[in-house]
Amino acid sequence: MALENTAIQEKLAATFAGDVFNFQQERDIFSFEINANNNTAIILFLKNDPDLRFHFLTDLCGIHYPDNPVEKQFAIVYHMHNWYENKRIRIKAYLNGENPEIKTVTNIFLTSNWMERETYDFFGINFIGHPQLKRILNMDEMISFPMRKEFPMEDGGRTDKDDRFFGRTIDNC
Amino acid sequence: MSDSKIKMVAPPEGVVGEGFFATKLNDVVGLARANSLWPLPFATSCCGIEFMATMASHYDLARFGSERVSFSPRQADMLMVMGTISKKMAPILRQVYEQMSEPRWVISVGACACSGGIFDTYSVLQGIDKVIPVDVYVPGCPPRPEQIVDGVMKLQELVKSESVRRRSSPEYQELLASYNIK
Amino acid sequence: MSELLLPPEHRYAKIIKEHLNEDGNELSILNLGPTHPATHGIFQNILLMDGERIIDAEPTIGYIHRAFEKIAENRPFYQITPLTDRMNYCSSPINNMGWWMTLEKLLNIEVPKRAQYLRVIVMELARITDHLICNSILGVDTGAYTGFLYVFQFREKVYEIYEEICGARLTTNMGRIGGFERDWSPKAFELLNTFLEEFPPAWKEFENLFERNRIFIDRTVNVGAISAEKAMAYGFTGPNLRAAGVDYDVRVAQPYSSYEDFDFQIPVGKSGDTYDRFCVRNAEVWESLSIIRQALEKMPAGNEYHAEVPDYYLPPKEDVYHNMESLIYHFKIVMGEVPVPVAEIYHPVEGGNGEIGFYLVTDGSRTPYRLHFRRPCFIYYQAYPEMIKGALLSDAIVILSSLNVIAGELDA
Repeated sequence: MALENTAIQEKLAATFAGDVFNFQQERDIFSFEINANNNTAIILFLKNDPDLRFHFLTDLCGIHYPDNPVEKQFAIVYHMHNWYENKRIRIKAYLNGENPEIKTVTNIFLTSNWMERETYDFFGINFIGHPQLKRILNMDEMISFPMRKEFPMEDGGRTDKDDRFFGRTIDNC
Repeated sequence: MSDSKIKMVAPPEGVVGEGFFATKLNDVVGLARANSLWPLPFATSCCGIEFMATMASHYDLARFGSERVSFSPRQADMLMVMGTISKKMAPILRQVYEQMSEPRWVISVGACACSGGIFDTYSVLQGIDKVIPVDVYVPGCPPRPEQIVDGVMKLQELVKSESVRRRSSPEYQELLASYNIK
Repeated sequence: MSELLLPPEHRYAKIIKEHLNEDGNELSILNLGPTHPATHGIFQNILLMDGERIIDAEPTIGYIHRAFEKIAENRPFYQITPLTDRMNYCSSPINNMGWWMTLEKLLNIEVPKRAQYLRVIVMELARITDHLICNSILGVDTGAYTGFLYVFQFREKVYEIYEEICGARLTTNMGRIGGFERDWSPKAFELLNTFLEEFPPAWKEFENLFERNRIFIDRTVNVGAISAEKAMAYGFTGPNLRAAGVDYDVRVAQPYSSYEDFDFQIPVGKSGDTYDRFCVRNAEVWESLSIIRQALEKMPAGNEYHAEVPDYYLPPKEDVYHNMESLIYHFKIVMGEVPVPVAEIYHPVEGGNGEIGFYLVTDGSRTPYRLHFRRPCFIYYQAYPEMIKGALLSDAIVILSSLNVIAGELDA
């Protein structure tokens, strides 16, 4: 592969110094963490740098880590892909659990619009500057964020199953 | 096609004489209704694809008098709910049901429509009978086209034996009232 | 507060109050969906119309949101295949195989060549059915019902092959970690060979019916065109991107399941319009047929259909009754007590509509810690409002069906 991990790492470290760290090869994907405050600059750099050319945002999603210390309770994961060199990278940005927010990348990648809306819908992560940050899959009236770990999968109001028979004592029995 | 055999529906029980045939009005109306059920496919997901197969050449639902798929609820007799109905969708399903004119029947096709199926989650309605009355349940995830056809045939049996007056009976009114319809 | 956060009907009502069209007539709002018959699935679009012409549109999705990702966090790994089935239900085997391959990547399992070839065959069959549904429905939407009735019987033939392999037609839940649950029966190969003989002439005829058809060309050429740059910015992958002229295909870029052994071409279009999308899908069906033929030819002898990984692969049921070891393995697998490394995996496969990605985060427990599906439909459907801007209402329907948006995949 023409584009080496070390080349990516050196370039990023030279430009952003302490904002990019924890570089590692995770199976087939080179991944690293970034400082959430500087996400737009780093992603723009990755996209526009003539050597790196990560021009395609494959995926964007959130993860909830309720057991982490409060400043690392949410993570946003970007998967970027350079089709010229056929190289994928994974970027992770940890967010504060109490007030998760990060700058939007919609002005860099059009495609992130709905992905960010979905992440907002599931995790309640606020994307600063997003043009239309409202719920996308769930109903507008919903107040909680269903993909957070504390949210139960099953509907609390259901009547068709008796939890006692499932060895559970929550909600509706 | 002189050698094709046309299978006619048997006439209802009655008294046959020279030039006349006497039978109950219920039976005649039932016979007519049962063999011209116009379906309204309310297809949302996977079961809708199986319904497409049911309508297409191989299984051909048209043989049972359901040739005309009516996409307007006003001109449909049989609401076929196929696929997962989420809570976001439930009011729309109900509105469609309310727009249908009497007599109307409902077939719930597939595990999701019957009971929520494998999707026991916060976003999925656990069975459409929570919002509208259902006549026939077709199990399966998704049901085979044969099963869907069987469901339609089961409904035909129901329709055939239904009294003309059923829709104005107090029991029926009570049923609708329990769903808060009208 | 941003104007865009308002419900579209309010926003449009304001525009209607303030603006008239060039002829001094009022604009209007049209609600398309969510149960419109022409939209095959439930998509709601609120359109701002100037007569027949669409000025602006806002889609509302989520009408069959089933919380796949939440369920996946509560299920053992092997119980997640039924969920992947129900995403893109037109080509569920691709999703199934994609999920197994993700797990195999996680567990470092090498699948025997023969099982890989069998997987290729079934994935290409799935691609054929997917494209077949999309193109024949596009025909229906442009007024040609014949094509639909004509090729749909061949979809039944493919379903018969699936039934022979796994017992199900549509939602296949096919395969296991390391291969298949059982070897393919001779009957399956027989059906496959018949299909390979009978299908090409029918598909040729289907093509002839459309490709040079005046009405079809008038309805589709230059309708819903999207440039390559725009398509990439919107995250298009799969046939919709290739129709715009970009030859990106996961099967070639990151070969999985031995795709590197086969010789095939990536058909590309030029203008990215509806007609090109139709032609690219048509051409891909031919490529898929050729891949299946090659796989049958190169198929290694023997009857190996799964990897020897007793920790993860269920032992045969007879052994479970008579053999202590098998019983233990069976118990451990079913109870989810198998060792799983802590890792983050992203595995892409080329689905019927583009790159389906599985992003799996594990924490060593019996369920995924987080599983995110990269669903191509969800990603490219956001370009739809832009694609239909300025088009006629009837074109909007044709564009929607040529994009092949599957509601199950869209809403997850």
